Amino acid sequence: MIELRDKLVLALGERDGIPAPAIAACAESAGGQVVYASTQCFV
Amino acid sequence: MTIEPGARADVPGPRAIRPVVRAARFAIAHTPGLVACGSKPRREVAARGGGEFKTLLAHLRSFEDAVRYPPHQVMLGTLAPDALRDVPRPWHSRPVVGARAHGPAGRMLDEMEFYAWLARADQASLLYFTPEFARALRDVGAPERLQTISASGLAHAVERGGEPLRRAPDEVVGAIVPAHEQDESLAAAVLLENLAAKVTGGLALRDLLDAMSSAASPVDYLIGCGEEAVGDRYQRGGGNLAKAIGELAGAGTAGASDVKSFCAGPLHALLLAGALIASGVYRRVVVVAGGSLAKLGMKYRGHVAAGYPLLEDVIVGCAIEVGPDDGRSPVLRLDAAAVHRVGDGAVPHQMAQVLSAAPLQRIGLRLSDVDRYAVELHNPDITEPAGSGDVPHRNYQMIAALAVQAGEIARAEIDRFIDAHGMPGFSPTQGHIASAVAYLPHAIAGLTEGRLRRVQFVAKGSLFLGRMTNMADGASLLLERNGTPPTKGRPA
Repeated sequence: MIELRDKLVLALGERDGIPAPAIAACAESAGGQVVYASTQCFV
Repeated sequence: MTIEPGARADVPGPRAIRPVVRAARFAIAHTPGLVACGSKPRREVAARGGGEFKTLLAHLRSFEDAVRYPPHQVMLGTLAPDALRDVPRPWHSRPVVGARAHGPAGRMLDEMEFYAWLARADQASLLYFTPEFARALRDVGAPERLQTISASGLAHAVERGGEPLRRAPDEVVGAIVPAHEQDESLAAAVLLENLAAKVTGGLALRDLLDAMSSAASPVDYLIGCGEEAVGDRYQRGGGNLAKAIGELAGAGTAGASDVKSFCAGPLHALLLAGALIASGVYRRVVVVAGGSLAKLGMKYRGHVAAGYPLLEDVIVGCAIEVGPDDGRSPVLRLDAAAVHRVGDGAVPHQMAQVLSAAPLQRIGLRLSDVDRYAVELHNPDITEPAGSGDVPHRNYQMIAALAVQAGEIARAEIDRFIDAHGMPGFSPTQGHIASAVAYLPHAIAGLTEGRLRRVQFVAKGSLFLGRMTNMADGASLLLERNGTPPTKGRPA
């Protein structure tokens, strides 16, 4: 289990996997601070 | 914020015309000489130098090899997608014996034919060819009025922003010049992309019109849905390449416009085409799209590392005809169409709920009632060596997971559900072509001569790439066998 409280988070998402806004929402709910969020499209 | 799926306007009244999808065709241009103009190869060669270019050249494949490539035969309609399950991977190691460059779903053209059509499509006199190549092009039907250029002229043109045109492996046969010295939207590379889209879209439309030449009514309207940007500095995405495509294909009776939503464009365009038919505004609408030159060689570094040939060496255009119910063609169930909305969630299971489960529920169907799902159908031999995984499989897993959640299947049956309702990916990584519509010719055949009853097409669009939003987009359509008994929600 990763402890994200007070950590800085780079949210790198993928459209057909987990997109960045979803990663960011999870990270923030765990107390992390998202400093960069970007979704990639692999196709 | 969640919007309850299913909240929508009433279906059209009893006098609505049922739209059907009558035919679909692909034009697949094999352009190995232009792979270096793809976005990724261009950047990598610029960064790494001439050695990288030589590496690219060493991995190009011949037209014959491209024709014999099993996934291309699936695109042409001569091989079913399911047949790829029995072909050991990587598929390029199993060329199809006796393969031909044409099939029920379209045809492949080689570089010479592509350049001849590029010349025909060149209304702005942007193309210059060496005298020898011009002669060779006229022999394959290019117009007489080709512009020629000397070797020194060619070098000068490239210095001034022209883009060299190559025939594989490395023969410079001409150049495309910018249409304006300062306007970035009219740079040579942009114009080449747009011309290539015009040609591949135009050829797909020509092929479709020839195949449907016995149709009673002329084409009323074309809806373009490719991902190119046609414009100039004041209107960079002005668009309506569809009209230029119609002109090239000789569709003089058609009006046209473009619909844009990245890879989800074609399904939005089909939805709109269906609505135009259902309302009686038009009687014959064709959705068209050219292919993406920018995506040539997109994942080439993975292919080189894996010892594969360069698999992204084709530009694919499509044309799809929608018309009123003819008693035979698959029905486009507008009451089971879905689009991903602004307030819908973006995680995969939310998208699958909105695009797959909810529209089926509206008409009284379960996920298992759909025979086949056509999702993102990218060829895994192309994507896996580049680390992008098996995209169709990932999408099918999500639909199967929804079926488990809905209690239709047990968790242990996920793989069986995917085998029964999915298919191996086979499409070239041409964005909006791979997004579901690659399966259309097979779906139409299966829903008429075959045994399919329902096919759901699901496409997604990566709107976030344009940096105007972090959202993705999606759209889905249901095609149903003509004459299928009504379920709940069917309009009279």
